[in-house]
Amino acid sequence: MRILIKNGRVIDPKNGMDAVNDLYIVAGKIVAIGAEPDSFQANHVINARGLVVCPGLVDLSVRLREPGLEYKATLESEMRAAVAGGVTSLACPPDTDPPLDEPGLVEMLKHRAKSLNQAHVYPIGALTQGLKGERLTEMAELQDAGCVAFSQSDKRLLDTRVMMRAMQYASTFGFRVWLRPEDDSIAESGVAHDGEVATRLGLPAIPVCAETIALSKIVLIARETGAKVHLCRVSSAEGVAMVRAARQQGLPITCDVAANHIHLSEMDISFFDSNCHLVPPLRSISDRDALRAGLVDGTIDAVCSDHAPVDEDAKLLPFGESEAGATCLELLLSLVLKWAEEINIPLAVAVAKITSEPARILGVEAGDLSVGTAADLCIFDPDQHWRVEAPILRSQGKNTPFLGMELQGKVKYTLANGIIVYED
Amino acid sequence: MNNPQLNESGELQHLLTTEGLPAPILLKILDTAESFVGVTERDIKKVPLLRGKSIFNLFFEPSTRTRTTFEIAAKRLSADVVNLNIAASSQSKGETMLDTVNNLSAMHADMFIVRHSQSGAAHLIARHVRPEIHVINAGDGRHAHPTQALLDMFTIRRYKCDFHNLRVAIVGDILHSRVARSQIHALTTLGVPEVRVISPKTLLPTKVERLGVHVYHDMEQGLKDVDVLLMLRLQNERMLSARLPSAEEYFKHYGLTQEKLALAKHDAIVMHPGPMNRGIEIDSAVADGKQSVILPQVTFGIAVRMAVMTILAGN
Amino acid sequence: MNLPDAEQLLADLTDKMRSDVTKNTVLVGIYTGGVWLAERLHQDLECTLPLGALDVSFYRDDFHEIGLHPQVKPSNIPFEVEGRHIILIDDVLYTGRTIRAAINELFDYGRPASIRLAALVDRGEREMPIAANYVGADIVLPEDKMLALEQGNNGKLSLSLYDKTSPE
Repeated sequence: MRILIKNGRVIDPKNGMDAVNDLYIVAGKIVAIGAEPDSFQANHVINARGLVVCPGLVDLSVRLREPGLEYKATLESEMRAAVAGGVTSLACPPDTDPPLDEPGLVEMLKHRAKSLNQAHVYPIGALTQGLKGERLTEMAELQDAGCVAFSQSDKRLLDTRVMMRAMQYASTFGFRVWLRPEDDSIAESGVAHDGEVATRLGLPAIPVCAETIALSKIVLIARETGAKVHLCRVSSAEGVAMVRAARQQGLPITCDVAANHIHLSEMDISFFDSNCHLVPPLRSISDRDALRAGLVDGTIDAVCSDHAPVDEDAKLLPFGESEAGATCLELLLSLVLKWAEEINIPLAVAVAKITSEPARILGVEAGDLSVGTAADLCIFDPDQHWRVEAPILRSQGKNTPFLGMELQGKVKYTLANGIIVYED
Repeated sequence: MNNPQLNESGELQHLLTTEGLPAPILLKILDTAESFVGVTERDIKKVPLLRGKSIFNLFFEPSTRTRTTFEIAAKRLSADVVNLNIAASSQSKGETMLDTVNNLSAMHADMFIVRHSQSGAAHLIARHVRPEIHVINAGDGRHAHPTQALLDMFTIRRYKCDFHNLRVAIVGDILHSRVARSQIHALTTLGVPEVRVISPKTLLPTKVERLGVHVYHDMEQGLKDVDVLLMLRLQNERMLSARLPSAEEYFKHYGLTQEKLALAKHDAIVMHPGPMNRGIEIDSAVADGKQSVILPQVTFGIAVRMAVMTILAGN
Repeated sequence: MNLPDAEQLLADLTDKMRSDVTKNTVLVGIYTGGVWLAERLHQDLECTLPLGALDVSFYRDDFHEIGLHPQVKPSNIPFEVEGRHIILIDDVLYTGRTIRAAINELFDYGRPASIRLAALVDRGEREMPIAANYVGADIVLPEDKMLALEQGNNGKLSLSLYDKTSPE
């Protein structure tokens, strides 16, 4: 198959390209950008005039809900949602049922995903057996099966001793450890940010120090063990400041933020909107602003969707009882573009946050348009508006705080391995 | 943000929280309750206002006291009352809260009185009921208990007449109290110039000053020249969750005794939503003393609830 | 149109009632006009027993249509109704529904020996089988108008006409 993508604005942050160029694909790989290769005959031409052509998005946290949670969503529906959102590589956390703590489960997931021929799925393995925080998993085996990192997902953080041993063990093999910085005993049964809104609404609250205390523990242990650590979903100004300080002291720690958190705050909970029940919680406006600034100055490396499709019944409950999470695969691009426009940064910088940067964190060959690599592309119209409505979303989860709102930026084509897997 | 309690004409459709209710609406409830007090003092304590109406008590969190006062209030309005102690039945069968509500709506309910252990439960139900059904929040988690706050306001007005020159102190576990939150909103809306909260740090919510209150950790300082003392109940769980060491130490520093009461104005009134923990938050001598208006609160509670139900049903 | 002088009507009404009022008669005014009239009658007829005042908002038959009256006042019956001879007093007798409500409310206080009705103005158009025992004057009014009694700052009473605004 030979595809020509004509006249698109090609944005490839890793290779420093942001220009209108033609892009040539042969047998699933990018063969040229710019000048037409000798004797090239296109089977298919995509007219990308007025559109942006960028690497397929790399999403660091997407719950596919398989195995075990198929009543919330299936692999098929969520993989369809992924390509509709322009995502061609995704990492899925180990919080399935059972958790991804056995090589067999990981292999099956990878196999299932591969057979759909859509996005590449990179499983994150469980750090401890059953995610219980007690015994280590066979990380080496899991890595062989395909895991690219190990985490506890949203399950409560381990006791300090187990965390230290787990990071030490992972560090033996050079494995990456992905951790969510939240201190279990302080967060307790909290469901919202400990601030003005939780006080008024009478919601059990999670103070910022639950994040900073856990963060400082992680940073110190990382320094001690030399483990490669990635922080999942920073949520507070103080947390960002701590990451900045750690990096300034030379610690090679990376972190990401969820797309919802760069726009929303505790104020959006309004009259107990359970679509705003998220983990970590939506914090104050100044926290949100610090997250936005952290993305600009590079303290925060990447934005992910933290996609979590939740069945309607689990959201139609009082806030504290509702299941946390938001569907976000199909909003990731628009939300990042919105951030870029609001703070006036170049499109290429924004695109990097969802392509080359997350690929670097994952340690996989993705997120760029280098010649000779797989043709995973996202072609989008940066100006097209669309309304977030349940029937439009391909994900089985319709649980998003942005439901009913209009967003800008629409994926027109998604290509994976040179095959058009989504067309608007 | 449109107020989910009000209909398009700005009239009360549901009573979910005292927060965001304009003063005229609060005052109308208090004024209407005045008329119902007279009714409760007659031999025939009924009026025919809500005859033919069905009022369902949906108590997901058990409470005999509150449920009984609502039942009495509804019956005095000649309404038919159905009591549902959901905690015991359908919830355990896995029926969701909204399923229960939908089933009951199909039985021609006119009004739901809802008590639930989770903040926001009444709001959720109000969002999902048919437009002609009214919802009264009888207490949701830590969030709100509007009828309690209203009867407290009624009581204050009865004994002190004018809200505009009062100092009111709320003493106790503010963090976990839906009563305190509702009281604070009502007091500030009705123009009370100084609302104080008196509590140890472990029992105060973050940024509580933003609600318009002055914070005191020292009860003796906090009670100086106060006109109204609103005491809150202390739950045993607070000792278990490492917020307080013991009831005895709490009583020593935050319990209301005659000596501490003497620091307030000589004609200050003492109130408590009940049930009281004598010797923990309040001394028996004070609870039974001449400054206590705790028993009248109960009577007023019925009149206030009758007023709320009447106003809702008439809108 | 020319409305009669309320003060004159009150004087006529007082004369009509004088012979029937004893020291055992109680007067009960219906808010708001009826209470003003009852206060004057109580004084002029030298009644000894206390005056009663009724707010019939809780007994009206139109609650479901129009909701609660915006200004509900507490009823005040400071005497035993049981066995009493009561004269109900209202300003304008029209459909008779207000009186029906007032009678029902009085019976919830006790069982009176008798109830009679005094009205300053009877404008006819009854919808209930109710009649006044004492009337100041009979007046015919257009259907789209309402008659109201007003009290000036000096306590002087007067009648005024206004358009009916409430929906049917």
